[in-house]
Amino acid sequence: MVQFFFRRFFHVFPAFIGVTLLTFSLIHLIPGDPVELRAGERGIDPARHAEIKAEMGLDKPLYIQYFRYISNVFKGDLGKSYVTKKPIIEEFFTLFPATLELSFCAMIFAALFGLPAGIIAGVKRGTPFDHTIMAVSLTGYSMPIFWWGLLMILFFSVFLGWTPVSGRLSALYWIEPDTGFMLIDTLMSDEPGAFKSALSHLILPSIVLGTIPLAVIARMTRSSMLEVLKEDYVRTAKAKGLSDRRVILVHALRNAMIPVITVIGLQTGVLLAGAILTETIFAWPGVGKWILESISRRDYPAIQGGILIIATLIIFVNLGVDVLYGIINPRIRYTS
Amino acid sequence: MSEITAVTQENSAPPHPLKEFWKYFSENKGAVVGLYVILIAVFLAVFADYIAPHNPFDQYRDALLQPPSWMAGGSSKFFLGTDDVGRDILSRLIYGARLSLFVGVIVVTLSLAAGIVFGVTAGYFGGIYEILIMRFMDIILALPSLLMALAIVAILGPSLQNAILSIAVVVLPHYVRLTRASILSEKNKDYVTASRVCGSGPFRMMFAVLLPNCMAPLIVQATLGFSTAILDAAALGFLGMGAQPPTPEWGAMLANALQFVQRAWWVVTFPGLAILITVLAFNLAGDGLRDALDPKMKR
Repeated sequence: MVQFFFRRFFHVFPAFIGVTLLTFSLIHLIPGDPVELRAGERGIDPARHAEIKAEMGLDKPLYIQYFRYISNVFKGDLGKSYVTKKPIIEEFFTLFPATLELSFCAMIFAALFGLPAGIIAGVKRGTPFDHTIMAVSLTGYSMPIFWWGLLMILFFSVFLGWTPVSGRLSALYWIEPDTGFMLIDTLMSDEPGAFKSALSHLILPSIVLGTIPLAVIARMTRSSMLEVLKEDYVRTAKAKGLSDRRVILVHALRNAMIPVITVIGLQTGVLLAGAILTETIFAWPGVGKWILESISRRDYPAIQGGILIIATLIIFVNLGVDVLYGIINPRIRYTS
Repeated sequence: MSEITAVTQENSAPPHPLKEFWKYFSENKGAVVGLYVILIAVFLAVFADYIAPHNPFDQYRDALLQPPSWMAGGSSKFFLGTDDVGRDILSRLIYGARLSLFVGVIVVTLSLAAGIVFGVTAGYFGGIYEILIMRFMDIILALPSLLMALAIVAILGPSLQNAILSIAVVVLPHYVRLTRASILSEKNKDYVTASRVCGSGPFRMMFAVLLPNCMAPLIVQATLGFSTAILDAAALGFLGMGAQPPTPEWGAMLANALQFVQRAWWVVTFPGLAILITVLAFNLAGDGLRDALDPKMKR
């Protein structure tokens, strides 16, 4: 097991180095001179130009610049934002809980509806019920989620007036960010109604962000269920006289879940990409919206740092999924 | 007796490949519907100049935010209503089909061509070359596609061209991996050895002998690639990082829609519906193609 873990871990390392190379080259691929870019339209005199260039380390050979960059990365220094002048890592992790909270709720929503839908569709294969679930999930899979978000706002917020349009909390409340997770912070505060407000702000964005993972989970669960129901041990369980319920929920489902767990883990990337769109629509103050704003402000250190952190997170989540997969499915551990 | 022989003879002749393909493809009703929708979209895109009732850029200043024709206050002049500067939404959607399909064609062509070249050579030559290419593809895959596309657009600047280029880069790994995997599974088959014995050079081996036998999964992936391309391009347009206004691109049409959510639902609803229908059609057709082209699925 330990050996398996280390083997996977070493597989991850080149990917991480690759990502740092990518984010490092980002700054060098931008057309134009980075110093002049920073100076803006006022222009800059040659002496000051050279000074800033040396300050930014841009006068050194590329490989030295890269080693300097990567050693800073390992020290947790991703540079400072051009706009706010605050360290990138601090900016990112102040906003990250909001994105994490949203992604987590979206995933719960997706699993809560996707798993039962997939199981039922698999068990009742070929029935109108199965066809409906598959049609709905393919539609969800094809959904432009930014439009889906607008429709949800149109219907639930504007037409029915059930949920707030945007943000994380009603302006009536002020909660000191403690954990950064609004649900926990409001629950611990003594403001009555704040938790309810936070929850109502979370519902629509979670549904919107969870739609594509929901579709993917439903489809995956169905096909995995179909695969497992054909197995001999399911037939044996049936022959022993077990109830359908027990055969499906205990014998089939436990084995069918193995690939589904992997798929759920691999949705992390989808969630983070979706967060850019969802956070923009719902004015959700998370890292997705922050990255987009950094791009339109041409705040290159922020873009560079944000991409590096997100990619690293995804790499490690994938590693975690891999290891988890090895734990629940011993066959993987010993082969490959 | 003679009748029976006639029947068996007829059955023993293999059907034309296209006929056989259509037999399997048409079994999947959803796929056929998808195909028809795609054909309609292509028709609209090609003949947009003749079909669209108005010029997509013309602003009718006396008809701002006019509702669709069947609603109170709507006029038959603007079937799906007008947007905030008085442009006909229906005409913009029709011209938008042209743009979206164009994006799909270019992205799929670029990524398929590059993916085939990298995938075939990686699978055929192997060694350090293969490792380098595949690792590089893994890095691209480690980033969420939209984030990667945004990063590329951040470097190159927002425009439809750069959006196309960035999406093509983002989807590239899928084609490379798929091509390489098929090449690896075909590489050691007898017909390949036979061709090598006959003296085929590496170029001929890769592109004339091996590649045609690896096309089926690539065709499926390319069809599904259309839907990814259209969806991502629309998302970039929506975020203001793709097609720029006043281009009638479906995603860009939604970019400012949020402020009209309360007043004019039609501005919000129709462009998204167009995206959804087109993407769904390509996904349905892709699923059908997979069933029809994958020999393992044939009963």
